Amino acid sequence: MTRKTIATVWLDGCSGCHMSFLDIDHRLLDIADMIELVYSPLVDRKDFPESVDITLIEGSVSNQADLDKIRHIRAHTRTLISLGDCAVTGNVPALRNTIGAEPVLQRAYMEPDMLNPQIPTIGVPPLLPVVRAVHTVVRVDVFIPGCPPSADTIFNALSDLLNDRQPSVAGKTRFGA
Amino acid sequence: MSRVATLKINGQDVSGREDETILEVARENGIPIPTLCQIEGLSNVGACRLCLVEVTGISKLLPACTTRVAEGMEVRTESDRLTHYRRMAVEMLFAEGNHICSVCVSNGHCELQGMAVALGIDHIHLPYLAPRRGVDASHERFTFDANRCILCTRCVRVCDEIEGAHTWDVMGRGVGSVVITDLNERWGDSPTCTSCGKCVQTCPTGALFIKGSAVGEMTKRNTFLTYIAQMRGNLK
Repeated sequence: MTRKTIATVWLDGCSGCHMSFLDIDHRLLDIADMIELVYSPLVDRKDFPESVDITLIEGSVSNQADLDKIRHIRAHTRTLISLGDCAVTGNVPALRNTIGAEPVLQRAYMEPDMLNPQIPTIGVPPLLPVVRAVHTVVRVDVFIPGCPPSADTIFNALSDLLNDRQPSVAGKTRFGA
Repeated sequence: MSRVATLKINGQDVSGREDETILEVARENGIPIPTLCQIEGLSNVGACRLCLVEVTGISKLLPACTTRVAEGMEVRTESDRLTHYRRMAVEMLFAEGNHICSVCVSNGHCELQGMAVALGIDHIHLPYLAPRRGVDASHERFTFDANRCILCTRCVRVCDEIEGAHTWDVMGRGVGSVVITDLNERWGDSPTCTSCGKCVQTCPTGALFIKGSAVGEMTKRNTFLTYIAQMRGNLK
């Protein structure tokens, strides 16, 4: 049996979904023989591979780098999964959508009493005016809501995908779970 | 005394009084129909459109909570078409407000959130509007967060029909509608509000909550409604 290549990506999220992924615990050993983890914050590889079978996306699309990344990843991924509420709905990062990016930058960098207040622009990507759920930017194949989705939910969805079944999380998780 | 009507719901023969609604007769017979704005003990307004059903001979879908049964009626409560519209209705509610479940006082106890699960909604197809809505925390004990309001008008009805204060009402039209206290004044300054909290307990989401509730802590208790309505004889 050929191993399926897996990637996990961390956009604008808190890494809680990755933590929940690791919470699969000993069952990681069960799927370890079926997968090749080719790209992830958990492994040391800088460039997204040419072709990946399954990519799990944590986080919303909040800045220009997120946008560039997700478009590239979509083009090089067979099955793209929105993992968790930030990817699925925008969630907490999207709280700023009611007021826009500028007031958030002002509050974070200009209002606090600092020696040299400035909004960083060098070496950091500019914020998008609106935080987007992943599926509003690129096509998404599977949605796993939850904040974070439970380890069981992630494990079951992965197991389905590794066995070439369409995963169904209906009734097993929810927005905010 | 109303006459009895016999009808079919999902092919099943049922009967009900002619002053009863499709929803009431369906529930008497253990046939579930999803609802959000409807709550036993208050009047029915057909605002949420979740209880839409198909009636043979009528091309448009009818809300079961406000449509009375009739002799010979044939009702369908489940179909692909109904599921499509129910999902759309719930997705529109999510897209129209700011429903961030993970940071909401009602996370895990919210009827909107529960309805999304029941209908198998795993993402929202429509663009989020991210409207700029306010929070009124001027009341001593309660808070109104308009971001989480789905305009079901349960608060308006319970305040008017049960408490008799009519502090709450609806202002504006369409997507700009908002529930208000008195003449769109601060809740905390309201001369009509009795601070009974019935609106809070009846609200299906985290839009109305008791101050000091943290994420997921706000559970609603609305069984008093059935009791009061029975005592008054409002409930058939």
